[in-house]
Amino acid sequence: MSPFLAEWWDLRDLGNLVGAILEWISERGAPDWVTYVLSGIVGIVAVLLWAILSQLAFIWIERRVLGRMQVRLGPNRVGPWGILQPLADALKVLAKEMVTPRNADRVLYWLAPILVVVPAILVLAVFPFSPGMVVADLNVGVLYIVAVTSTATIAVFMAGWSSSNKYSLFGAMRSVAMLISYEVVQVLALLAVPVFTGSMRLGDVVAWQDNYNAWLVFLQPLGLLAFIIASAVEVNRSPSDIAEAESEIVAGYHTEYGGIRWGMFQLAEYVAGFAVAATIVTLWLGGWTLWGLEEWVPGWLIFLAKLYGTFFLFIWMRGTLPRIRIDQLMGFAWKFLLPLMLLNVLLAGLEKVVWTETGASAGLVLPAFAVLNFALTAALIVGWGAIAGGLSPRMRAKRPLLVREVGGIYYQPLP
Amino acid sequence: MEDVGSVVAFWALAVVTLGAALVTALVRDLVRAVVALVVSFLGVAGLFVLLSADFLGVAQALIYAGAISVLIVFAIVLTPRAARDNAETGMRWPALVLAGALAGLVIAVAVATDWGDGAREGFRETASAIGEALLNRYVLPFEVASVLLLAAMLGAIVLVRED
Repeated sequence: MSPFLAEWWDLRDLGNLVGAILEWISERGAPDWVTYVLSGIVGIVAVLLWAILSQLAFIWIERRVLGRMQVRLGPNRVGPWGILQPLADALKVLAKEMVTPRNADRVLYWLAPILVVVPAILVLAVFPFSPGMVVADLNVGVLYIVAVTSTATIAVFMAGWSSSNKYSLFGAMRSVAMLISYEVVQVLALLAVPVFTGSMRLGDVVAWQDNYNAWLVFLQPLGLLAFIIASAVEVNRSPSDIAEAESEIVAGYHTEYGGIRWGMFQLAEYVAGFAVAATIVTLWLGGWTLWGLEEWVPGWLIFLAKLYGTFFLFIWMRGTLPRIRIDQLMGFAWKFLLPLMLLNVLLAGLEKVVWTETGASAGLVLPAFAVLNFALTAALIVGWGAIAGGLSPRMRAKRPLLVREVGGIYYQPLP
Repeated sequence: MEDVGSVVAFWALAVVTLGAALVTALVRDLVRAVVALVVSFLGVAGLFVLLSADFLGVAQALIYAGAISVLIVFAIVLTPRAARDNAETGMRWPALVLAGALAGLVIAVAVATDWGDGAREGFRETASAIGEALLNRYVLPFEVASVLLLAAMLGAIVLVRED
């Protein structure tokens, strides 16, 4: 399995330790399925532990960094620099009362916080943390990521619907509407990656980037950009967290939730964020490779460093950008990102065909593609922005439909 | 399907799929019915994976559990209040007869087909094989399907146009 010497103390692949333990067990006469089940359980528990510990760390980091960005202090009372704040928060969340609204649909209300966590954790199974260190290296890994994350929406809708609260329902509807729009963009952005690598197995994608010494971000800058935007929408992170926009609809779909149920939604949001960061790192940023450094440093450390760096980007976005209105977000998906992504897939296919048909060497072709794609990305964003911006309905509204419907006052715009 | 794991997994998935389908048909609340339907879809995806059809399994989860269910949710939320429960209608008996006939047909085909159990090899990757088949041998149905989808999309846009 592992390309390295399988000594249990070899830290470059933590799977070695597990492998040694499992070998020890099977030597004591345990049947095959026991070791099989055990290895699965160990993998899942390890990933789960990692996710929860990272979440605790990032709650603190996010609040401190956001405080820094917004010129305030952030939590600084519990422990040195407030570092124990997440633990205090966790205890508080565990101890709080869980209120159920009287008119709630109890079954769905109770199920939703559990179901929303399941896909977030399931998706972590396919990421190779280092060579061989993966719970399940599926050969349809790229599709698996989209498929599993998309099922979280129905849980979010359950939460919003069952709360029997209009703000919850607003949040749920927004979340469903956003999923329908941005799912398409996300899939198309991901699609260009297997076009180049010729495989949907995440291990192969990393190996391809390692082999050609070319991270896919250089070949697919537009795809990565669109994926970051679409993912920020999918995991409900600000600036696109309109499903729980606290300035508009209280807390969206989890308005009525408290205590550990609310904690489950927070957990799901963070873990889904880590999963998105892991996707970006694996598919576009070379996974556990770093131009030869992986010979000296354990691959999983490089992977985690990249992952946390990518996640930091999302915090940065949250601290910098204002929240977007829902109609702007919808229009952005359908009128801006979708056409660009279709072009991007076409471009990737053309480049792949040119590469294989001419038989040119990778060292010659890939830099050329990189330069071309970066230039095209800039041109497309600027050009399409100019075209789509001029066509937006806001610019040529003849009658203010919604304002008149709800009986509001409409002021004629100045000519 | 000789090893114990596969048999256990098959029966567990079959029970989940059929049980959730039953709940979908019998439960009164439409949103609960949708949730049960999603479980049923995921069970079918699991059955596909069990049959080494990895691509089909994931596609089933993506399209049915992820997208179609959301569309159904949209339909439920956009229908007026009166239509929101799963009450009995006049279509009950025709629907039962149709479902029974379909089930009978599928079972008959499944029993009559020679599945060639002995000749089965181990797990093979299906994604590339499906892709090749769609773009070589079955390219015409593939294109016709995409034209149909495009027509449906244009039709939807025309229907909801304002002026």
